[in-house]
Amino acid sequence: MQLETVSIIEHRDYGAGYRLLRLAAPQIAPQVRPGQFVHVRIPRLEASVLRRPFSVFKAENGELTLLYKSVGHGTSVLAVAAPGEIVSLIGPLGNGFPLDLPADRTPVLVAGGYGMAALYLLARRLPQKGVVFAGGRSTQDVLCVEDFEALGWKVHIATQDGSRGVRGLVTGPFDAWLAEHRTNLAPEFFACGPNAMLQEIGARAIAGGWRAWLSVDRHMGCGVGACLTCVVKLQDTDGTWFWARSCKEGPVFEARQIRWNGEDDEA
Amino acid sequence: MTTPDISIKLAGIPMKNPVMVASGTFGYGPEYAPLVDLAKLGALVVKGISPEPWRGNPTPRTVEVASGLINAIGLQNPGAEGFLRDYLPFLRKFDVPVIVNIWGRTIEGYAAVAARLSQAEGIAALELNVSCPNIKEGSKSFGSNADMFKRVVAATRAVTKLPLIPKLAPDVFRIGEFARIAEAEGADALAITNSVPAMAIDIETRRPKLANVTGGLSGPAIRPIAVRLVWEAAKAVKIPIIGIGGIYSAADALEFFIAGASAVAVGTANFLEPTTALTVADGLRDYLARHKLGSIHELVGTLAC
Repeated sequence: MQLETVSIIEHRDYGAGYRLLRLAAPQIAPQVRPGQFVHVRIPRLEASVLRRPFSVFKAENGELTLLYKSVGHGTSVLAVAAPGEIVSLIGPLGNGFPLDLPADRTPVLVAGGYGMAALYLLARRLPQKGVVFAGGRSTQDVLCVEDFEALGWKVHIATQDGSRGVRGLVTGPFDAWLAEHRTNLAPEFFACGPNAMLQEIGARAIAGGWRAWLSVDRHMGCGVGACLTCVVKLQDTDGTWFWARSCKEGPVFEARQIRWNGEDDEA
Repeated sequence: MTTPDISIKLAGIPMKNPVMVASGTFGYGPEYAPLVDLAKLGALVVKGISPEPWRGNPTPRTVEVASGLINAIGLQNPGAEGFLRDYLPFLRKFDVPVIVNIWGRTIEGYAAVAARLSQAEGIAALELNVSCPNIKEGSKSFGSNADMFKRVVAATRAVTKLPLIPKLAPDVFRIGEFARIAEAEGADALAITNSVPAMAIDIETRRPKLANVTGGLSGPAIRPIAVRLVWEAAKAVKIPIIGIGGIYSAADALEFFIAGASAVAVGTANFLEPTTALTVADGLRDYLARHKLGSIHELVGTLAC
């Protein structure tokens, strides 16, 4: 983890409201592991007191590529930053996905919308090829398919409006694939997307006796473990629970660790 | 001209500079140690410690607003024993005064945590958290009720020889009254101020944005409030004041010194720029040189009005 002042090399539309931001980050880029994130101080974001966390799409040759959707005030201000502008980063942050997958396992990646960008680096760095399931509301929410295919991964797509792939939730093609391969393959799940999707994938892993590594998306403050904003309830061994910081102990947790009962239940 | 001297001695504690990091915004030290040289801080005030571990509030716990952050963390902490076991040994490796913010749900709780921490080596002072707006079970009323405040300062004073620094609440009618009580009960310094009770509402769902409904506002939005409180309190007492509230730059900090603070603490700014305290200290040195002042003491309480 370190502070690095970096410059924007490229910043362009990526389609469907997404923006691609490429940064020269010679110190942080080589350290990034799949599933980790960087905390960005958005230039000229006046009256804002927090950085914004971004997962990493690509990290190579001393460069970081971030893929984001302009959804709020912060990302809309970031969207107009120009090449040559200076950006302050803290990173890499968080634990990231485990990469020491036993050779007989088949990695099964499950992404909701923007989660595809966050899982791409994992596909790139895992020692074995696998399969990826991409879900979204509509075809424009399905990202990076060609990037995965270029790595030799099979991509299954589901959209809620049926505009691309199977109509429905990503769990549709996921369940069909699982039913077909559960006897001849040993899957290990890696997921990034909405909490409801993570919970579904986690439940299947627990029921089937497999492992599922889930990247949780929590509202974040400091990003380094100090402010205790982004806490997640984890199961303790004695049946009780404790808070873990998604920025520090997470954002990746194994399905059995997480106690799902909503964002706002009583502590 | 020689470099101005910004070292201070506050409540008997020598500090390399008068810029500390405020409780709750810097964890317990290890969180920011990879990014900030802790030995360059004036002092490090760790997140509030209670006698026993405390889980704090449900989520969402913070919400960003214009020029501020509302938090309702609820004082989650590992308890006195957890702090002494897991964090103090780490902090002792650095040449920086460690001030521990303490709180209890009862007067006995305050005394218990103060007594326990006073037995440890490596703690420079205790900051008395009587003003965190996020504890329903009493802590708040210690800061806004003069009689309760007097009792908690007295009870803590009785069990510790460490410098005692009550942190005064912003939402009191007359801050001078609380400052005088603290001084009379043997406080060595005052920290002014804490976050300001606040709330934010999601207008679509008509629900509060924080699980705790209300929280404490910090950041630039409260700086003018804090400057006024420091000015009022400084007129009431002789003990030194640590000015806290929305400090992001040396210019921000200088307002507090001129208003009467002998030191300052950087809080919410740490989340945006972890090295803020160091850049503030550098900026103070530059200001003193520019104004031909030999030390920071020459600036304290020099408001012309």
